[in-house]
Amino acid sequence: MKSPSFSYVRPSQLSEVLSLLQAQGDRVRLLAGGQTLLTTLNMRLSEPELLMDLQSVPDLKGITLTDQHLRIGAMVTHDEVAQSALVAQHAPLLTDAAPHIAHQAIRNLGTFGGSIAYGDPAAEWPACLLALNGVVVAVSARGTRRIAAADFFTGLYSTALQVDELIVACEIPTVSAQLWTSFQELARRHGDYAVVGLAAAARAHSTALQEVRLAWIGAGDQPLRSTATEQVLESAPLSEPLIAKAIACLKTELAPRADMTHSIPAKLHLSAVLLQRALNGLLASTSISQMSRNL
Amino acid sequence: MNAPDHQMLMRALKDNVAEAPIPHEAPPLSGPLKDAHHIGQSIPRPNIERLTEGRGQFIDDMELPRMAHIVYWRSPVAHARIVKIEREAARSMPGVLAVLDGHDMAQVCQPWVGTLTHLAGIKSAPQYPMAMHKASWQGEPVVAVVAKTRAQAEDALQHIQVEWEDLPAALDMNTALLPQTPVIHPELGDNLCFTRSLDTGGVDEAFAQADVVAQATFDFGRHTGVTLEPRCQIADFNPASKQLTVYHSQQAPHMMQDLYSRQFQLPESSIRVICKDVGGSFGIKVHAYPDDFATVAAAVLLKRPVKFVADRLESFVSDIHAREHRIKGRIAAKKNGEILAFEIDDVTGIGPFSMFPRTSGIEGNQVVNLTGGPYKHKAYRAKLNVVFLNKTPTCQYRGVGHPIACAVTEGLVDLAAAQLGMDPLEMRRLNVIPDDAYPATGASGIKLEVLSHQACLRKIEAMMDYPALRAEQAALRAKGVYRGIGFATLIELTNPSAAFYGVGGARISSQDGASIRLDPLGGIVVMVSVGEQGQGSEAIFAQIAADAVGVAMSSVKLVTGDTDTTPYGGGTWASRGAGVGGEAVLQAGLALRNNILKVAEVILKRPGQELHIHKGGVLDAATGQELLTLTELGRIAYYRPDTLPAGFTPELMVTRHFAQKDFPFIFTNGVQASYVEVDTDTGFVKLLKHWAVEDCGRVVNPMLVDEQIRGAIVQGIGGALFEECLYDDNGQMLNGNMADYLVPMAGEMPDIEVAHIETPTRSSVLGAKGAGEAGTAGAPGAVVNAINDALRPLQAQVWSQPVTPEKILRALGRIGDAAG
Amino acid sequence: MSNALHVHITVNGQRQAQAVLPRTHLVDFLREDLGLKGSHLGCEHGVCGACTVKLDGKVVRGCLVLAVQADGREVQTIEGLSESGEIRDLQNAFIRHNALQCGYCTPGMLMAASELLETNPHAGREEVRQWMSGNYCRCTGYQAIVDAVCEVLDARLTAADKGALA
Repeated sequence: MKSPSFSYVRPSQLSEVLSLLQAQGDRVRLLAGGQTLLTTLNMRLSEPELLMDLQSVPDLKGITLTDQHLRIGAMVTHDEVAQSALVAQHAPLLTDAAPHIAHQAIRNLGTFGGSIAYGDPAAEWPACLLALNGVVVAVSARGTRRIAAADFFTGLYSTALQVDELIVACEIPTVSAQLWTSFQELARRHGDYAVVGLAAAARAHSTALQEVRLAWIGAGDQPLRSTATEQVLESAPLSEPLIAKAIACLKTELAPRADMTHSIPAKLHLSAVLLQRALNGLLASTSISQMSRNL
Repeated sequence: MNAPDHQMLMRALKDNVAEAPIPHEAPPLSGPLKDAHHIGQSIPRPNIERLTEGRGQFIDDMELPRMAHIVYWRSPVAHARIVKIEREAARSMPGVLAVLDGHDMAQVCQPWVGTLTHLAGIKSAPQYPMAMHKASWQGEPVVAVVAKTRAQAEDALQHIQVEWEDLPAALDMNTALLPQTPVIHPELGDNLCFTRSLDTGGVDEAFAQADVVAQATFDFGRHTGVTLEPRCQIADFNPASKQLTVYHSQQAPHMMQDLYSRQFQLPESSIRVICKDVGGSFGIKVHAYPDDFATVAAAVLLKRPVKFVADRLESFVSDIHAREHRIKGRIAAKKNGEILAFEIDDVTGIGPFSMFPRTSGIEGNQVVNLTGGPYKHKAYRAKLNVVFLNKTPTCQYRGVGHPIACAVTEGLVDLAAAQLGMDPLEMRRLNVIPDDAYPATGASGIKLEVLSHQACLRKIEAMMDYPALRAEQAALRAKGVYRGIGFATLIELTNPSAAFYGVGGARISSQDGASIRLDPLGGIVVMVSVGEQGQGSEAIFAQIAADAVGVAMSSVKLVTGDTDTTPYGGGTWASRGAGVGGEAVLQAGLALRNNILKVAEVILKRPGQELHIHKGGVLDAATGQELLTLTELGRIAYYRPDTLPAGFTPELMVTRHFAQKDFPFIFTNGVQASYVEVDTDTGFVKLLKHWAVEDCGRVVNPMLVDEQIRGAIVQGIGGALFEECLYDDNGQMLNGNMADYLVPMAGEMPDIEVAHIETPTRSSVLGAKGAGEAGTAGAPGAVVNAINDALRPLQAQVWSQPVTPEKILRALGRIGDAAG
Repeated sequence: MSNALHVHITVNGQRQAQAVLPRTHLVDFLREDLGLKGSHLGCEHGVCGACTVKLDGKVVRGCLVLAVQADGREVQTIEGLSESGEIRDLQNAFIRHNALQCGYCTPGMLMAASELLETNPHAGREEVRQWMSGNYCRCTGYQAIVDAVCEVLDARLTAADKGALA
């Protein structure tokens, strides 16, 4: 369908963005990559008065590395994340997840910040940000806030962002390069939204796991972690019985919604399968490293 | 010194074919076609460079002066009484030219009823271009907004206020006939559109004698065509000339010409239907939609061109749906593997109206006719109930009943084979009608001219290296990897006679015509009543015409899809383009060749028997020496008739028609095989490979036929694994968009190997049968059988399409009441 | 009452100055304002790929880009790619393999394939399938399209090798 009418502005400075958001935040929709927003508009599901195009705002691009973190600008595209050597080195979970995001044409325009701001429980980046303990840098005319991923996603398509704020970047702790990470997704067709997906991270000292983060795609109303299951995995050395205990915990902890072709039991089952596969992989690698240390 | 009489020539050619031994190869063309070097060759299609350069001409590419755009307010609910329509707010929106309701349109357009007399007892209610008193399905058009741009029309649409009262809806085909279900059209008495029973007799005896009886309930999810170019048309009524021109993305322009004539009470001669490039059709675009008539009505009322392009969201609820069936099937067999009987009980849910003009009873009717089709058994019983529902109307969609009949038949064969411990390929070999047993009549009464099931089974076994696959399957099973092999033997009706529609009173032509004209410079123009929707009709007509006349293919121009300039005919449906249209082209070409020779005779003063036409020249038949180019012949014939004998007039434009009259249908046959791997943890299915052996008679262009088969197979896979129109409890479609309705994309599709057996039909000189739908007929059966073959060691089975991970996990007991 | 904006968009190498409503997406701009009908609409929700064009050299869904977003930027359509001759081998391969039937998906397919040829010249058959899986085709079943793209990948590598040896 054709989009309803709206006005359009393309600011060239972050200050313009912030003052417009402060003055008219509720009338304005931010246009980042537009891959979600324009779909919504073309289906006439939304009728914003004003679209503010962020493409010319200079402070929002770029992937940079500091001592503390990997900084991904809000307007960095999915493709730029996928191609980035810095990301591959310091946050390979993102590199693993990127090919699952839709298709190349979408990835060429869709943005990291846009995806985080939308907070779709079926999207890849929010789960990855949770798994990597990332931080959302939100700016308004009132100043800058850093919001931990764990606090950022608050409900169905709701985030902690205030109406006058925009995301300028996400920061991922550089220690993530030493984490074990695993990304898996089940989708009926390549590039579809996940039926379920898992972005997992842990710090493994032999079979002792710490900082376990299991972030789920398609398993709830928002991107979320199964914290009780994480604690099970931190409670004892990784083993097949511990994995079984974690799976059992997961099945009681997660409360996914059914989608159009998968019931709640199916979603729980598939989530358990993904966790099993991720942990089997981790167990195998810790056993190998254990073996090699014993030699 | 006359050229051989055309009639004698035709008889001679046909006799050659008739005398040949039962072939599984098309005999070489003979007589004037002995030098044919286009028919049978995989020549790339001419005239498609423009489609690779963005220079096609699709309907939406066209603009006419003062053209307006129409959008429809469609019922958002399944069943509602319309109380009041408030139009004023919409009318005053920018760019709006008119807001029309059903009453406005009923003033210029007659209602119609989707029934045909040869489906005994079929009933349906009268239908108008737009609903007036009540809306009967989510998506039924109720109000039309015409504006200068589509965007403006959509803006105004939001200001249409319709007050309605919800009515209880009939949404479940399994309960549609029960007394507690609301009757959609009380004047019809019940929700039964059409019912049929067939009983050969001896069925109960067969089941009583059987050593094995296998049964299952087969479910098929309603799905739809999803042509990438949506339905679209531009209706242009000139009030001064009273001429109606409709540019339409359609498969049957002459049918639409007739319908517009009758519904709008305009003389047939004042209506012209023009088809340009059609972006996919598959049967979706062969039906007459209420929107079609509504768009024309708007053009008539507004006296300016009106364009309608269905938006994708609207397509999902307004394009015809198909294939919503539940079939209880049984098979009886002896322990030596001989099939004794099939029995089916089929209920299918259509929309609230039988679709116009081909009826919504045909699909179920074909399920009855075709179940068990490849096999020798004599005993068969079938019961069919076609019931009205408050859902989108359904009608013929590629394959029309074949995919269902085949999946049921082939699923039952596999179940019986499994009970007997017999190899499924062996079971088929034992039971197919033998290749030397034709003509034959199937248990359902279908007349089969000549098929080649045995040859096809031999060929596929070799192609796929069946023993090696079974060995691989066994080895992987031992490691907990579950692969499956599934077969589907199929028959497919093609080249229909008037038995399909004409006898039922439908003004749908089962004959087609071709006019071929030699132009002054020696090229030919071929005008054919069968059109092009991408399958390559124009290409094969060019190949046939080039060989029939004796010119290079580069000298052939095709004209199709215009009721003013082509002969009268039926168009594209039921896989008839090559067999019927191609035959008309062949006969016209041979007749033109004859007339060219007559001109050459008088120019060269040589008897016609000594001459031959080849590659654009008239040759001495004995020596091969070129005596006269067609360019020179054309110059003389058109510009220098003064040099020709008195009383002689060149007739360098010829028209011939063809109707297949030997059989109700010319059946084809084939077999497909699917190799899959089922992930028993997730229920996901990976399609590893697919094979098809198809016998569609003489193959005019192997590459085009193979590509038709591949596309059709993938379309069938869609219904088998991915596609379903899903509804909530209120009858509203949940997944009417491209993200949630899953069409097959490249990533999940297998490579498909295709081979042919060629058993020509003797009902025509060309000997070509149809090929467009067989792929879709067999693919679901083969894939579902492969999945069940993979699951068999785990005592799980799924006979519900689409086969989703959910269904597989439940069958395996991994989820559900029994699961841990 | 129009809130049309004046934009300058370079389309197929030619700078176009037009007044355009903010809500007009890029493909409607190309088709209606510039008369370039080669880019098609199949869904307008970014899934089918029929609308694929290039923006600043990268493939995008033209239905999910506003014309105003393309102000000051470069757009290439199938018409432009054809004129330049840069995908002539791909177009010829499509014709030879019958990788198009109705032709409606074809401009989008060619656009998508052209980016693969540029960015991953060593792509194998499976990668080609995955890459092309963002473009819907109902007619072909995809195999001929994959065959055509693979053939061109091979031919270009062979030509590059020969060029390197020369």
